[in-house]
Amino acid sequence: MMDYDTIAGIASGMGGGIGIVRISGKEAIRIIGEVFCTKKEIENLQEKRKSNNYFLKKSSHTIHYGFIVDDENVILDEVIVLLMKAPKSYTCEDVVEIDAHGGPFVIKKILELLIHHGARLAEAGEFTKRAFLNGRIDLAQAEAVMKMISSKSEFALNSAMKQLEGRVSSYIEEIRQEILYHMGYIESALDDPEHYDLEGFSSRLYHVTKEEIQKLKNILDNFENGRMHSEGIRTVIVGKPNAGKSSLMNLLLDEERAIVTDVAGTTRDILEERVQIGDIVLNLADTAGIHDTDDFVEHMGVEKAKEYLNQADFIIYVVDTSVPLDFSDLQIMELLSGKKGVILLNKSDLDIVLNREELKEKLDWDCISFSSKTAEGLPELEQYMINSFLEGDISYNDQIYLTSMRHREAVEDAYQSLKQLMHTIEDGMTEDLFIIDMMDAYKKLGLINGETASEDLINKIFEEFCMGK
Amino acid sequence: MSYTYEEYDVVVIGAGHAGCEAALATARLGFQTLIFTVSIDSIAMMPCNPNIGGSSKGHLVKEVDALGGEMGKNIDKTYIQSKMLNLSKGPAVHSLRAQADKQDYSREMRKVLENTENLILKQGEIAEVLVEEGKVKGVRTASDAIYPCKMVIMCTGTYLQARCIYGNVSNHTGPNGLAAANLLTKNLVDLGIEIRRFKTGTPARVDKRTIDFDKMMEQKGDDKIVPFSFTNKAEDIEKEQVSCWLTYTNEETHKIIMDNIDRSPLYSGDIKGTGPRYCPSIEDKVVRFADKERHQVFLEPEGNYTNEMYIGGMSSSLPEDVQYAMYHTVPGLEHATIVRNAYAIEYDCINPIQLKPSLEFKDIDGFFSAGQANGSSGYEEAAAQGIIAGINAARKLSGKEPIVLDRSQAYIGVLIDDLITKGTNEPYRMMTSRAEYRLLLRQDNADLRLTEIGYEVGLIDQERYEAFCRKKELIEKEVNRLKKTTVGTGKKVQEFLKLQNSTLLQSGSTIAELLKRPELSYDLLAEIDKERPVLPEDVCEQVNINLKYDGYIQRQMRQVAQFKKLEKKKIPENIDYDEVYSLRKEALQKLKEFRPTSVGQASRISGVSPTDISVLLIYLEKIKNEKNEKSLRNGGLV
Repeated sequence: MMDYDTIAGIASGMGGGIGIVRISGKEAIRIIGEVFCTKKEIENLQEKRKSNNYFLKKSSHTIHYGFIVDDENVILDEVIVLLMKAPKSYTCEDVVEIDAHGGPFVIKKILELLIHHGARLAEAGEFTKRAFLNGRIDLAQAEAVMKMISSKSEFALNSAMKQLEGRVSSYIEEIRQEILYHMGYIESALDDPEHYDLEGFSSRLYHVTKEEIQKLKNILDNFENGRMHSEGIRTVIVGKPNAGKSSLMNLLLDEERAIVTDVAGTTRDILEERVQIGDIVLNLADTAGIHDTDDFVEHMGVEKAKEYLNQADFIIYVVDTSVPLDFSDLQIMELLSGKKGVILLNKSDLDIVLNREELKEKLDWDCISFSSKTAEGLPELEQYMINSFLEGDISYNDQIYLTSMRHREAVEDAYQSLKQLMHTIEDGMTEDLFIIDMMDAYKKLGLINGETASEDLINKIFEEFCMGK
Repeated sequence: MSYTYEEYDVVVIGAGHAGCEAALATARLGFQTLIFTVSIDSIAMMPCNPNIGGSSKGHLVKEVDALGGEMGKNIDKTYIQSKMLNLSKGPAVHSLRAQADKQDYSREMRKVLENTENLILKQGEIAEVLVEEGKVKGVRTASDAIYPCKMVIMCTGTYLQARCIYGNVSNHTGPNGLAAANLLTKNLVDLGIEIRRFKTGTPARVDKRTIDFDKMMEQKGDDKIVPFSFTNKAEDIEKEQVSCWLTYTNEETHKIIMDNIDRSPLYSGDIKGTGPRYCPSIEDKVVRFADKERHQVFLEPEGNYTNEMYIGGMSSSLPEDVQYAMYHTVPGLEHATIVRNAYAIEYDCINPIQLKPSLEFKDIDGFFSAGQANGSSGYEEAAAQGIIAGINAARKLSGKEPIVLDRSQAYIGVLIDDLITKGTNEPYRMMTSRAEYRLLLRQDNADLRLTEIGYEVGLIDQERYEAFCRKKELIEKEVNRLKKTTVGTGKKVQEFLKLQNSTLLQSGSTIAELLKRPELSYDLLAEIDKERPVLPEDVCEQVNINLKYDGYIQRQMRQVAQFKKLEKKKIPENIDYDEVYSLRKEALQKLKEFRPTSVGQASRISGVSPTDISVLLIYLEKIKNEKNEKSLRNGGLV
């Protein structure tokens, strides 16, 4: 049998009630021992932490009932564990299967816990690959799996997902470039010491590393919080009193598509309603201030209104076309300039007195004719938003979310490497030793963007630093 | 009318730094070797910078020495200044560099060649490598003499169809006006070898008497020198050293260059070859780094018995009058007289991906290639390939497996693997950043890494090998002793720690643990280490490094273990990639082109993805299983 590391993965589909998490490899039994508790042990978890691995003396092909408990002694789920010892298992290695029933979120939590305890996230088809490499299945079967792996990338991801990943990608890329630049600097100084010196460099790098670590931590935390908030475009409706804001809100919140709950937003007194339009989700912001009778700016105060608008991904500005532009409009438009949104020319069913030229001059947004009474223009508005999103004009708010466990794992590894780098700097080690951890972090983050590192550093050195004789 | 002369085992084409090492290796291993050069007076010539070593190149020289090569010994004989670079940084990047007396270097190397048994020198140009049915049969000279031989090692440096250029002056010569080798390229093309055109350059040399050194900063050599060769002791080769001098270009220099940039053959398009990014000409630097206000300039002596000084940092191919004007703007060079003009040189070289890791052509049995002809740059890179090509030609003659150093064993391994696996689009220079495992590949332990191999090959004699074994044993013993020796929290220990500004001990500790503290060292700890034996300095150094960086070294060793896994998986030479199910098209094409020898090498080829590697692994496993089954069936066990 070949000597591989230990992998873990979700073996069932994510839908349905029961999910199976599978671990394979020589560490599998150690890992399950660390996270599993019997009903008896659950009474006294402190004791359990000290005791021996429950599974060590259990025989192969046995079933065990108990709980998965995380490192903070929180019970994640009630489970049944199947133990299959090498070589009589699917992969010919020690295999443990955890049948959990707490739904996708819990299953992901369990998987994270296993990874935290030393398992590596299995690649697509990796259990099967091992089964083949260890002689358990024949090539025809294995090839079918490999084919699946290679075709996987061809599945078109839905656009929302794609955009989310694009954001992660550029966020990560910025961190990578920062690391790369500093590696380039060190390497240039090592290669051409008479040209570049490292005086004071390590304290500069220390600061930079601290910042980058924080950035990584932020997205790791976001991942922990789940993606509930993330998958919506924060949309704000503004307009002067009686322009038709609440009518629009009600139209958009048409009961059939309003999504279950109100989610607390970042500003305390704002609630967000989740609404689905086509493929995209809006987090429609409603404030205590947007009652139709209130003046939005006056109510919130200019500063707060500004801040509020800054958090928006997309703004719908409702204008009453039956009255001319007034001071209130001008004030709002001033706040809106430079932001992304659309103008709804409301009350198109009435006589239009508004001067569109003047409007255009003040705010260079597209206009849609609309009537909150007849719902005329609503499909156009929805189509407009969908198009803007797909074309990349609107994007999600500034929060960056990791969309997969694999990415999370890579970020976690990079995070650890940079932590190690901080230690190395604190210990007063020499700069050439920094590269080990920097390169590790750089390569790990590269996994997210699908980039390899091979010639990047060399190219960076030549690009940024004037080298040589 | 052609004549056939006596047969040799090996013919080496070219007697530069690669050719010398290659020929010495085969001759010393007992094979009749004939070495050709276009000029007997230019053996081991240094046509560019007057120094050997430097960052990562110093490592190469030490590795060549540990394998039994000549470069380290020769520079130890002929150095005029010695300096260890990067001393303020970690031991992995300490780099030795020595200024050479160029004439002396060349003369001493020639002496060694002339006095080596089995080695014959001949002046002449090779016009053709004779190949029959994919196998080397001999060489033909420009004068139509045929020398039958079994192995040919091509070390043609920058001489193939060489052209030297500055301004609108263009000469079809090799460096320093030496004759170019104009015939061989056509033959190589006929043999199916892919040829590239590369370019490099050199600065002007000026007359020492016309330099105002008061305006420059003196750069002295080290008081305590370190020899390149592990066979030398510092005290035996110490000598009076000469200085180099540092000055800078300025805005005026840059203005002159920019005003005349259209007269540069680099920018007018006259030079088509690809230049090295590492050694840009001064016009390149000024154009590409326009915001830099000044660039360093080093004045380096060309030797003890000449007034010529090399202007490091200002290579150029600008016309002569512009050269004069620009050099004269540099403080200290206002009145300098140029002895030799700066020039660029273009030459033919091969695409190195056509070579096996042994440096033999994949498609021509017995034909090896080394040095700048493989697209590298630098004396040290050349010597490193030269000795490997020589060793492997000799081993082939003895029917032995080639010596292939991997990336975790030596900078030489990194160099050759990069060349043959990644290829190169510019003259390739060794850099410390190219070595992933550089914490293990230090200049100070090159002997510990490679002497064993040199001995097995036959280039390291018994005496040296035994000395190496003793050293290794002493290091291991002392490291083990320190890991076991504990000190308590006694007064003497605490006072010692206090004096060194080190945290006091709470409980006992081994000396090895204490040694990891940045402020302490093996030498310092002698004070509280009662049973310390007297050990040679080089042993102490290794003990210190091994223990101090233990954590980092362990981590790097784990990375190496990971790397070796794929490296050990060999790909059979006759593999049919079309049979490998579901390789991506690009990977398929690349694998067919490169024909890597191991899965590790395959994984480094650009365009081969991790998924392709998985697919390849599965295929290899499959054919292995099939073979096993077959042999089980045929083996009569049933």
